Parts: sequence; C-alpha cells; structure tokens
Amino acid sequence: MIFNLDFDHGRTALQFVRATGMANQGRIVQGGTGKDMKGHLRRLLAAGAMAGLMGLVLAACGSTSSSTKPILIGASLSLSGDFSADGQAFQRGYELWASYVNSHGGIMGRQVKLDILSDASSPTQVVTNYQKLITLDHVDLVFGPFSTLLTVPASKIVNRYHFAFVEGAGGAPAAFASGLKNIFDVSLPVADYMVPFANWIKSLPASQRPKTAAYPTSNDPFTEPVIEKARQILEAAGVQTVYKQVFPAEVTDYTSIAGDVANTHADIVLLGSVDVPTVSAFIQAFAQQHYNPKALVAAAGPDQGSSFVSAVGASNTGGVMVPSGWSGLYNTASSKAMVARYIAKYGGTAAGVSADVAEGYSVGQVVEQAINATKSLSNAKIIKYLHSGVTLSSVQGAVQFDSKGENGKAAGFIFQWQGSNYSQVLPTNDPSSVKILFPKPNWGS
Amino acid sequence: MTNFYAGLIDGVLTGAVYALMAAGLTLIFGVMDIINIAQGVFVVLAAYLNYVLAAHFGLDLFVGILVTMPTLFLLGIAVDWAFIRRLPVRDRTTMSILVTYAVAIIIEGVLTVIFGVNYVQLHGWYVTRSIHLLGFYLPYIYVFGFGMAVVLLGAIYLMLYRTRFGRSVRASLQNRPAARLVGINVDRVATLTFGIGVAVTAAGGMVFGATNSFNPNSGYDLISRLLSIVILGGLGSMAGAMVAAISMLVVEDVVASMWSPLWAEVVFFAALVLVLALRPQGLFGRSFARAQ
Repeated sequence: MIFNLDFDHGRTALQFVRATGMANQGRIVQGGTGKDMKGHLRRLLAAGAMAGLMGLVLAACGSTSSSTKPILIGASLSLSGDFSADGQAFQRGYELWASYVNSHGGIMGRQVKLDILSDASSPTQVVTNYQKLITLDHVDLVFGPFSTLLTVPASKIVNRYHFAFVEGAGGAPAAFASGLKNIFDVSLPVADYMVPFANWIKSLPASQRPKTAAYPTSNDPFTEPVIEKARQILEAAGVQTVYKQVFPAEVTDYTSIAGDVANTHADIVLLGSVDVPTVSAFIQAFAQQHYNPKALVAAAGPDQGSSFVSAVGASNTGGVMVPSGWSGLYNTASSKAMVARYIAKYGGTAAGVSADVAEGYSVGQVVEQAINATKSLSNAKIIKYLHSGVTLSSVQGAVQFDSKGENGKAAGFIFQWQGSNYSQVLPTNDPSSVKILFPKPNWGS
Repeated sequence: MTNFYAGLIDGVLTGAVYALMAAGLTLIFGVMDIINIAQGVFVVLAAYLNYVLAAHFGLDLFVGILVTMPTLFLLGIAVDWAFIRRLPVRDRTTMSILVTYAVAIIIEGVLTVIFGVNYVQLHGWYVTRSIHLLGFYLPYIYVFGFGMAVVLLGAIYLMLYRTRFGRSVRASLQNRPAARLVGINVDRVATLTFGIGVAVTAAGGMVFGATNSFNPNSGYDLISRLLSIVILGGLGSMAGAMVAAISMLVVEDVVASMWSPLWAEVVFFAALVLVLALRPQGLFGRSFARAQ
C-alpha cells in the first residue's frame, strides 16, 4: 500500500510541477541573465517546495483515505500434525469471519485477505511462519496459531516486530508469563476451564460428593493449569487425590497409564487431555478394565463433535464432560448467526460445530473492532486500544483484556454428552444449562 | 506389586502389536537396505482400509485383514517398482529415506483429501471388552493381536527358513553379488520382500486402528518407535523385532506404573543407548557388514 501511495503521490507532484509551468521556466533559465536566473531559481525552489509540500499533504491524506488494496492478515495454523483437526477448524473460523466481513463491505472500505501458512503443529515451524508473514509477505496484521504450545514461541517473534498478537487458543498462563504487551487471548483463561465443575462438586451435599479423584495429565502448557486449579478446589472441599501423574504429550500407548488410574477406583477423573486420541484411549482402557467413574471430565477432546463420537463410539460418549467457553448451541444472536453461516457453508449441525471455529471467529471480530475504533492498521494503536479496558463483543461473549492480555469477561461452561446431544450442564444457574447426568452411565450403555 | 504385573502384562500384549508393525520395516531393511520411513503411514493406510471395509461392507476387522493384506502387498510391489528399484545402488540407503518420506507424504495427502483430518477409530465387540484372568483384565483386542502377531511372525520365520523363496531372501540378505552368481533373481526377491513387508503391516495397522484414534497424520508418531524397535532388535531380525518391541513396551509400562509416565520413555531410550554401546548391531543383528 505504501509503495503504491508513494508512486501515486510522486506522479501527482510531477503533474503539479508541469501545471505550474516549472518545465518552461527551466528552459527560460537556460537562456536568461544572472538576475533573471536568480529570480527563476527562487521561483523554481518555491515551486519545488510547493510540489513537495503538496505531495506530503496528499500522502498524509492518503493514509486515511480509502484504498482498494485488501488488508492482508497472516496466520500460522496447524493444518497437519497433532493439532490438525483443531487447526483446520480454526482456519474455518478465520475464513468464515473474513468472508462475512468482505460480504459486508470489508473494514474501512477495504476487503480482508488471509495469508494462512501451515506449521504442522511444530513450535519451531510456527516461529518461521510468522517471521515469513511479517518480513516477506508484509502482512498488515497477524492472527494467532492453535494451542498455547505454539502461541508461546510465536508471541515472542511477533512481539519483536511490534505486531499486535490477538489469538483464541493460547490461554494458558505460560502464554502470558513473559509479560509481553502485544498478546491478547479472546477466549476463556485456561486455568478457569474446570472451575465450574470443581465448584459444582464442592456444592454437592457431603453424602453425594465424590470422595476420591484422579488427575492424569498430558505434559502440555494447556492442560496442567486446567487440572491444577480444579484439584486445589476439590482438595479444599475434601476430595482426596488418589492419582496425580503427568504423562508425555507423545504417548502412543495409554493402556498402562489408564490401567493405573482404573486400579485406584477413583470416584471421578479429571483428564488433562489435549486431543481426541488421548480421551478415546482412556475411555477404551477404562471400559476394558470395567472401570466406570461417576464423572469423567476431559480438558479437551469431547468438544470435537463428530470426531469425538466417531473415535470413542456413540455408546461410550454418555456422561463425558468437557469445559468450554462456547458451544454451537450458545444462545446469542451473533453466535447463532455465525453457526447458521457455518452450517450453510460446511454442513453439519449446531452441536457439531467445534469451539475452535468460534475462537478463530472471535479473533477476527476483536481485531475488526480495534481497526474500526482506531481507524488505523497501526499495530501500536491497536495494542494501545486493546489495553485501554474497552469492552468488545464476540460470538463467545464479551471481551475485555486485563493488563496481561487475558479476557477477564469470559465465562466458563461445562458441556456434557447426553445420548447424542452435547448439552451445557454447568453452571447450574445459567438458563441454558440442562440437568447434569451424575453419576454418568456405564460405558457401552 | 499389582501395578508391576499389570505393566508387565500390558507391555507383553501391546509389544507384540508393535512387533507386527515393525516386522515389515526390519524385513525390508534386512533384504534391501531400504529404510522405509513410510512404514508409519502404511500402518495408518491399513487402518483406513479396514475402516472403509467395516463402515461400508460391514466386514469384521479380522476378516478385513484378508482384504487389506493382499491390497497392501500389491501396493508395496507398486511402490518398489515405481520408486525403490530406480534408486542408484551406491546411495540406495540414504536415498531410500528421502524417497519413502515422499511416498509417505503422498499417501498422507491422498488420505487427507479422502477422509479429512477428523479422528476415527475401528470398532468391534472385542475392542472394549476384556477377559478376567488371575485378577487382571486382559483386553480381547490385545490378546487377539498378540496371537495374530505370533502366528504371522511365525509364518514369516517359516517362510524365511523353510522355503526355497526364503533361502533366496536370506542369500540376498547375506551377500547380494554371490546370490546373483548362483542364479537368484535378486531384484525379484527384493520386490516380493517389499510387498510382504508392507503386507504384514496391514495386520498391525488393524490392531493400531482398533486401539488408537487416528487421522492421516498419525503415522509420524509411530515411525520413531518402530525404528527404535528394529535398531534395538537388530536390523533384519524378525525375532529381534519381537523381543525389542516387547522389551520396549514392558520397560515403558512398568516404569510408568511403578515410577512415573514421564520417565517411561527416558528409561527405555537410556537402555537402548546402553545396549547399542555394548552391542552396536542390536540384540539379534549380525556383527558383520553385509557384502554388496
């Protein structure tokens, strides 16, 4: 954009010089006397100065005037590798937002163009991608990748170039530990994910409250804070911890770990999972061991709709819970409208829309509001605006960033599979919540 | 102590399944000097074939193997004809890494186009049920997988040591020029071996798909494990693959149960380094370099 404007302004200045007769004056100078020459020189300098001034004025005007060139927004997403299902859902969220914005005239009259690169779920590739997007592709803005694991390294490189880094899936404390001022997570802070569940258990009468809990957790910056905060609440409520182990993120056989959990006969299991295969492997091993906890709540995986059902089998989904800041059944006008557009474009049902789609869509909405408010693509202005305490809106609900960049307005919910329905069950006082299935049905029923 | 025995049993049962997946890798390297990086993707491909047969034709997973094994055998022969046999002899091993990686990328891409990236899993009555024996629940899928591994690896062993074709394979493995001199069609043996190596993977792929959710990218998590197994067992050794796979899973499962899952892999790989320091050719590998 800047190069084009410069070119335009240069040509305008030249036209101005021609219009003022500067070229003719040049010829007169060549054949004139010394006095005349000085006079011509003064006029020449004055004309040149005016032309330059005019150019500057036009350039200044140009920066706020409309342009037809699209706003280029870059993002790195996990389109292959371990997070590919989430990454592709995020891509749909970004694209759905861009498509909606473009069909409504764009932002400040300019269309939005996405430049999405695949990082193959690699924390090193994601850094390379953002460096390429900023230095080679010359994007105007960037959106975040999927997962805290990738957001942490990406945020550092993006911060180096002073870009705002609005993201929807890097909400673990590790993402904010560096104290960067450019990072903003539009979603629910990760540490609060299972708080509604833990508080609900705490609220149960002592006779109904589970006595023991197991916490198998994947070694991932996303999962450990989720489990830790819930464990503290439950232990304070008198629920004894009988299993607490961290397992590697890249386990290919969960039989032994899940078997150890089953041997504890814990009343409830809080699983620190990052994906569908982890949850699926635990459920399968629990079924094989004839172990039916009263509740199983997994940090991630059951929110993946049909992918989760296909993996664990429809008869094993009953009662499984997952925390989320959003579901396809979320009852707000903007969320319903987005879900309708999603179904029109990709098919499926409202309950089957992944929360990743809404998280990606929310990133776009927040950035759009920041651009419109600042009337600028300046990353510095956008960062300042997002830190101003302003309350923004998204399909996930209100967004207000605290000093760290976490969304202090986000609300947490617990969803549960009940038959083929994926329903919000907690908090119980929310009008959208249905009655929770507790204890959960046995596997295979 | 219960956890120790549970870890031991889990390790033996799941180790056999890994041996089934690694058998083709070690056979192919032993005969052809080919490091088949695509082995993990072949496992996933086999799982998807079983998925299609079960979903669209209602075939039981074990019956489906009767279809997937010949299919993968033909695919293996096609891959060998199209890519492997064209590699220059001098840089064969090194080039094979690149070529089979390319094959893996192609297969993964095709699977992604057809199936997308959503996870699926194979289902059958034996997948979530188990038999109660001596106080332990033994999952049917692993018991059946163990039995199938013993039968198939035993069949490959018999083929290698009790048939004329097996003698040709072993002759090619030990000394390729000499094998040629005595009239063995080494290229044909290599092609058939590649086909058999890929075909065996079909059985491992079915059990993998029944015990893990998978998508087209799942093969990459497997390949490092499978390579570790064949290196520990000794490149080219079927018995080595079986022993190494079971050792790996037993060590990991027992350490995970008795100590911490985080230390499971660390302890196994420390043991692997130790074994290779003492016996660079692996547990059952030959100590001499093969003559070309």
